[in-house]
Amino acid sequence: MPVIEVTNLHKRYGDVVAVDDVSFTVEAGEIFGVLGPNGAGKTTTVECVAGLRVPDGGEVSVLGLDPRRDAAGLRERVGVQLQESQLPDRLRVGEALELFASFYRRPADPAKLMTELGLDEKRNTPYKKLSGGQKQRLSIALALVGDPEITILDELTTGLDPQARRVTWELIERIRDRGVTIILVTHFMEEAERLCDRLAVIDRGRVVAVDSPAGLVRRVAPTQRVRFRPSAEVDDRLFTELPEVTTVERTGGQVVVSGSGDVLHAVASVLARNQIVAADLRLEQSTLDDAFVELTGRRITE
Amino acid sequence: MKGNDMRGFGQLLRVETRLYLRDVGTMLATVGLPTLVLVVLGLVPALRRPDPTFDGQTFVSYFAPSLLVVTVAVAGLNVLPTMLATYRERGVLRRLATTPASPAALLAAQLVITLAAIVASAVLLVVVGRLAFGVPLPRHPLGFAAAFVLGTAALLALGLLVAAVARTAKAAQALMAPLFLLIMFFGGVYLPRFLLPDLLVRIGDYTPPGVQALLDSWTGTPPQPLHLAIMTGIAVLAGAGAAKLFRWE
Repeated sequence: MPVIEVTNLHKRYGDVVAVDDVSFTVEAGEIFGVLGPNGAGKTTTVECVAGLRVPDGGEVSVLGLDPRRDAAGLRERVGVQLQESQLPDRLRVGEALELFASFYRRPADPAKLMTELGLDEKRNTPYKKLSGGQKQRLSIALALVGDPEITILDELTTGLDPQARRVTWELIERIRDRGVTIILVTHFMEEAERLCDRLAVIDRGRVVAVDSPAGLVRRVAPTQRVRFRPSAEVDDRLFTELPEVTTVERTGGQVVVSGSGDVLHAVASVLARNQIVAADLRLEQSTLDDAFVELTGRRITE
Repeated sequence: MKGNDMRGFGQLLRVETRLYLRDVGTMLATVGLPTLVLVVLGLVPALRRPDPTFDGQTFVSYFAPSLLVVTVAVAGLNVLPTMLATYRERGVLRRLATTPASPAALLAAQLVITLAAIVASAVLLVVVGRLAFGVPLPRHPLGFAAAFVLGTAALLALGLLVAAVARTAKAAQALMAPLFLLIMFFGGVYLPRFLLPDLLVRIGDYTPPGVQALLDSWTGTPPQPLHLAIMTGIAVLAGAGAAKLFRWE
C-alpha cells in the first residue's frame, strides 16, 4: 500500500517553473530515491510532500492526509531532515534532542537515539564544535526523534568525506530495518544505487523514469563494452560484422567494442581466430550513470 | 506556515534562556552596561553635585533615563533582531516548522527573554543609582512603569519590524545601525540633552523609547499623555507591520 502519492505536482516561483509535472508513489517500508541534477526540482518536490510548500497544481497525499490541510497531524508522523538547516551554535547535542523530543506527543527516547547514532560522547558538545559528519548524524537523529513513520532526508551526504558517507549509508539502512519509510533526495549515483529500493529520476521538473536501480539499468540498452589493447593491427570490420556488436571505437592504442548480448565471447573468438592477444582486457557493463545519461541526455553533475 | 498554537513554548523558553545566559558578552552588554556607565560617571564628584542646569538634580540623576535608552536600544534593536535574522538565515526557523512546535513559540520565547533582560537591567540601574549615588527612586512609579513599558514596546516593535524584513543577520544589522544611532542620539546618550538644541530635544521626546517621559516620571511629574500615546502608536503600527511582513524563511 502506498504511503505517499504524488500526482501531477506543479510548482513555480514567479516565472520559474521548479516542478513541472511530477508523479510517483512510495510504498511503506521502502527507501525511495529522488535522483536528479542540481536544480531539477528534487528539493521543491519533497518540500511539497513535507507540507513546507504549497503546490500550484496536482495532488499530494501522505499517509492518506493532505500536507496542506493536515499539516499539524503530519508533523507528528513525518520526520524531515532539511538541506542546509543548522542549529544555534551554543546548543548542545543532548539539549537539541531533548528539546525536539518535547515537541512530539510520543517521541523516541533521545538517549537511545544518541547511542544508536554514535553521539553519546558528544552529548555536551555545542553544535558549533561538531564535525560535518556529526552534524549530519544529529540532523538525522532530530528527524527520527518524533518516532516518525516516514522520514525525508534531503542531500544527506553532500559535503561529507567518503568515510563519513559510508557510515551514514549504514545508518540509513538500519533506519529502514526499523520499518521507517524513507525518501532520500540525492544527486550521488553511488548512493542511489546502494540504498534505494526504487527511485524516481527527475530532470528539469519532470519524472523521467521510476524503477529499481537495476531496473533502470536494464531499461536502457543493456550495453556492454569490451576494452583492450590488441597485440597487432586489427581491422574494425572483424568486429562490426558480428551481430552482437553495435559500435567500435578507438582511443589511443585501445579498441572499445560496444554491443549487447555476449559481446565478450564474440570478441574473444574473433581475436583467437586471428591470433591476436588482447592486453589490458576489461569488460564494462552499464551502470546507473549510463542509464541516467540515456534517460536525460546528460550527465549528472555535482 | 502558521503555527496553530504555542506548542513547545515552555521547552523553547528554557533552552533559549540557557543559550542567552551562555552568551556572557551579549548578556553583560544588555544587562550590565548601563549600570557600568552610571558607576563610572558617578565616580566623578562634580557629576554628583546638584546643579541648576538640571533643575537642582545631579547630572547622574538627569542622565540615568538616557542610560535606560541604551539598554532598550541594545536589547530591542540589536540583540533581538540579530538573533531572529540569524535563526532564519541558518534555517533554524524552517527546521522548527517541520516539527509540531510552532515557530511563533520561538518568537514568543525570544521576546520574553528580551523583556526580562531589559527589566533586569532597569532594576539594576535604579537600585545601584539609588544605593551608590543617591539617585532618587522614580517619584511617580506608575507613570514611570507606563513610560518604560510603552517605550520598550515601541522599540521592540521597531526591532521586530526590521527583523521581519531583513533576510540575513548582516542585513538586519545594516538596517538597524542608523536607527540605533538615531535612537541613541535623540535619547541623549551620545550628547547629554541639555547640550542639544531645543528642536532636537523636542524630537527626542517623541522618538522611542521616549526619554522625556522617563525623566518626568523619574523626577516627579506624571509623563505627558501625548508622549505615551505616541509610544503606543509606534508600538501598534510597527508591531502590526512586523506581524504582517514576518517570514519564517
